Amino acid sequence: MWRDALLVVGKDLRIEARSRVVVNQVAPFAVLVLLLFAFALGPDRSPMAHAAPGLFWVAVLFCALLAVQRSFAVESGEGTRDGLRLSGLDPAGIFLGKTAAVTVQLLLLEVLLTVGVVLLFGNGVRSVGALVLTSVLGTAGLAAVGTLYGALSSGLRVRETLLPLLLLPVAAPVLLAGTRAWQAALGIGTSTSGNPWTSVLVVFAAVYLALGCVIYGPLLEAM
Amino acid sequence: MSAVTTWSARRAWVVRATGLAGVVGMAFTVWLGLWITPPDKVQGNLVRLVYLHPPVAWVALYLAFGLAVLGSLLWLWPRTRNDSWDRLAGAAMEVGVVFTALTLVTGSLWGRPTWGVWWAWDARLTSTALLLVLQLGYLALRRVASEPEPRARRCAIGAVIAAVDVPIVHFSVDWWRTLHQGATVLNANLSPTIHGAMAWTLLLGFVSMTLVFAWMVSVRYRIATLADVAADRSMQQALAERWAEGMPEAPVEEEGGVPAGVGP
Repeated sequence: MWRDALLVVGKDLRIEARSRVVVNQVAPFAVLVLLLFAFALGPDRSPMAHAAPGLFWVAVLFCALLAVQRSFAVESGEGTRDGLRLSGLDPAGIFLGKTAAVTVQLLLLEVLLTVGVVLLFGNGVRSVGALVLTSVLGTAGLAAVGTLYGALSSGLRVRETLLPLLLLPVAAPVLLAGTRAWQAALGIGTSTSGNPWTSVLVVFAAVYLALGCVIYGPLLEAM
Repeated sequence: MSAVTTWSARRAWVVRATGLAGVVGMAFTVWLGLWITPPDKVQGNLVRLVYLHPPVAWVALYLAFGLAVLGSLLWLWPRTRNDSWDRLAGAAMEVGVVFTALTLVTGSLWGRPTWGVWWAWDARLTSTALLLVLQLGYLALRRVASEPEPRARRCAIGAVIAAVDVPIVHFSVDWWRTLHQGATVLNANLSPTIHGAMAWTLLLGFVSMTLVFAWMVSVRYRIATLADVAADRSMQQALAERWAEGMPEAPVEEEGGVPAGVGP
């Protein structure tokens, strides 16, 4: 399972390294979203700095949609879906591999977004460790559930419109907990501890990683 | 096939009786709720919505969603896999959407005079709204044109992914904000904290709403079964027609034309 996961994550990241779709299209989109938030909340810095954690996670959600769509667009052309199914790889391995690839891409985007939030919105950082930890946990959960829904909607003609409707409500706890944990890590508002919210992120990621390992086999048959 | 298309007389009778009992029970609930029961000390006449809102919410949040998830799991489990579980899940979720929407509407109607706002970002309201969106996502997934088997598989998996999210949503939103009043009837020591006549009316509301739900799901289930049978038949008919076209010696014209000896 782990070896298969490594194979799949290597394949996906290699495709990304050669096609540069996420770097050339999704990364500029992420920056654009930050700019749009700035336009929406006005030139005054204090509302922006206050809303920064939420805006960060909303931007991450949008980027996750695009990354998941890209991750399964890669599998749709020239019979690659059948190739993957016939390859004899462990379904759980495929799931973990694709989730890991999406996680890595999203984490790189989040580094960019974090720099953008700090520079553009003028936030200070109270705890870098908590920031990194919550981002990694939230992103892993997001990528796991995104990979599940990506596989579920891939191959359907309506996948572009269906995926956001399916993924965004389920990802709501990530947005909620991630925002609160970030507020604590950035030192915004009255929240002093982000610990309970970090545990929500842990549970979310663990539940969807486990569910994905179990359910990805039957899911591949529906693709 | 005829066993599928027609209900046995006994089954049809049970479904009809359920529907009738539910509707009559609802009528009684309305009568008791509006005219017989006393107004509340604190809430006045507003309390009358309590005979409607919790039963609707019970059906929407527990019964309908639980049934849909149960049907999906039973379909996914290879030993119990059967088309009827898929139909049951679809029927329960579809009726459940109506009830979830009604929960939000009745809650909103009560919230306006009580809290002063149509909508508050309270824990239960927020998680119910999210549940509605999750259910709508399931229905969207169900509407995607596809072969029956992959569709059933996709829907069942989609329901399971969403179902796993519900407790997480519940707890995270609960921590996020809490304004809604606690459970009145099913509180920890199971002793209802409301007046006698009110309690009975509320109980009647719960029972009749559950019956109405069971009736609606049965009818919806039957419609789904009939739709599947109709699709199957029209496919077979189309196949037979194509076969007939392919055979030149077959008397195709005579079938559509006027039989000999009947014309003017």
